[in-house]
Amino acid sequence: MAVKVLIPTPLQKLTHDQATVECDGNNVSELLESLEQSCPGIKARLCDDKGELRRFVNFYVNNEDIRFLEGTKTPLQSGDEVSIIPAIAGG
Amino acid sequence: MTQAPSSTQAPTATFKSLKCKECGEEYELKAAHVCEFCFGPLEVTYDYSLLKQITSRDTIQAGPASIWRYRSFLPVASDDPIDVGTGMTPLLQSHRLARRLGLKHLYIKNDAVNMPTLSFKDRVVSVALTRARELGFSTVSCASTGNLANSTAAIAARAGLDCCVFIPADLEAGKVLGTLIYSPTVIAVEGNYDQVNRLCSEVANTHGWGFVNINLRPYYSEGSKTLGYEVAEQLGWELPDHIVAPLASGSLFTKIYKGFQEFIQVGLVDEKPVRFSGAQADGCSPIAEAYRENRDFISPVKPNTIAKSIAIGNPADGIYAVDIARKTNGTIESVSDAEIIAGMKLLAETEGIFTETAGGTTVAVLQKLVEAGKIDPEEKTVIYITGNGLKTQEAVQGYIGEPLTIDAKLDSFERALERSHTLDRLEWQPVLV
Repeated sequence: MAVKVLIPTPLQKLTHDQATVECDGNNVSELLESLEQSCPGIKARLCDDKGELRRFVNFYVNNEDIRFLEGTKTPLQSGDEVSIIPAIAGG
Repeated sequence: MTQAPSSTQAPTATFKSLKCKECGEEYELKAAHVCEFCFGPLEVTYDYSLLKQITSRDTIQAGPASIWRYRSFLPVASDDPIDVGTGMTPLLQSHRLARRLGLKHLYIKNDAVNMPTLSFKDRVVSVALTRARELGFSTVSCASTGNLANSTAAIAARAGLDCCVFIPADLEAGKVLGTLIYSPTVIAVEGNYDQVNRLCSEVANTHGWGFVNINLRPYYSEGSKTLGYEVAEQLGWELPDHIVAPLASGSLFTKIYKGFQEFIQVGLVDEKPVRFSGAQADGCSPIAEAYRENRDFISPVKPNTIAKSIAIGNPADGIYAVDIARKTNGTIESVSDAEIIAGMKLLAETEGIFTETAGGTTVAVLQKLVEAGKIDPEEKTVIYITGNGLKTQEAVQGYIGEPLTIDAKLDSFERALERSHTLDRLEWQPVLV
């Protein structure tokens, strides 16, 4: 199964300047491992020492923030789109 | 023959780098807003010993009557910043609202009349677009709840920059019209502000535009410091005891704090503790909830409030606002939509200021803090009114009475006057059918 992951500019050095990466995983946690396999070092940017997502990282599955879903246990299906977005100031 | 240095030469740049607020990693002064290592927000750093050498109360007072009197504290290098007369708005000592609430030293910083678009956003946009020009952007953009769109479109027009703004599709009509008049491209997104923001992050990645609140955010947000500087200067180079300000992303709140700290650091004011209290709407209060629950993270919410200008469900600087409220012995409160409308009316009736919903939120929270005994009547308290009520007329429509329509005859007038006095005595309120 393939999930499309949109990579923000600050992380594109780790994806050889690719803005999207195809990954696998039945949930967000597994996706993070798959992402790390294809782009070594990326997980440490997204997660803290305890493996939790950093507080300024926002993960969306098909346009919904995973904190409104099941967090890193949010299930994924083939064809889903995941975006990683830094927090943004208001307006 | 060598030319003598003149006052028109390029001013000394006092800003040094971008630095991650979380891990401390430093970056050059480019268009970037997020740390590549930990995703933390980037903040502009300054050479404070240089600032101390080149600024004094006199040099500031000799500057223009706008935010650019504080130019050396702002992250721009040009000697001709985009000056549209923003800033130096009135700081009014309140008498009638203060008496109503039982406070002795209440001041109102009135950015409802900030220029050119009647909200504090003109401060941040003036800085962001000046910096955008320095960095070579020809198109500027923003994700906005309305006020920022007004300001970006207006100041871009003045500066001759192309402009494309993104707003949620359900914004108040006045805010949409107040953007369209400047002829930018306006994209109305079906979704809430947080969804607009997310889309803009992706656009910013690909289009090479200067987004004032995304890739220009470290520069943009510094403009809010001027709300701290001005209050200090207008109080006679003294800090207040307590400030109350609205919280959307939390950025304004943290920058007022930074402004006060910088003035202390360079010796323009004496050090003293200032309490920082924040105001949110119940229908979007992720920062107030984190404060109440003593958390060190923000849980995002889906906004549902009339206070659209501060309806940010996923506030980027929320956690820093919580930190400041805690360490300054302030507080963060939220109020209902009904209380927000009452707050707007109270400020208008007692002080002659027609603010938008964010200002109503601030006044309502001030009232709530007074009633809870959380403000000492002797405290010198400043409330920040950040936007103008003419832009959000829908919010108070139906809550403010109606004109007394009469024939053009004296006896019609006398009857209407008698009726209005009777209604006053009954404390009549219009009832919506």
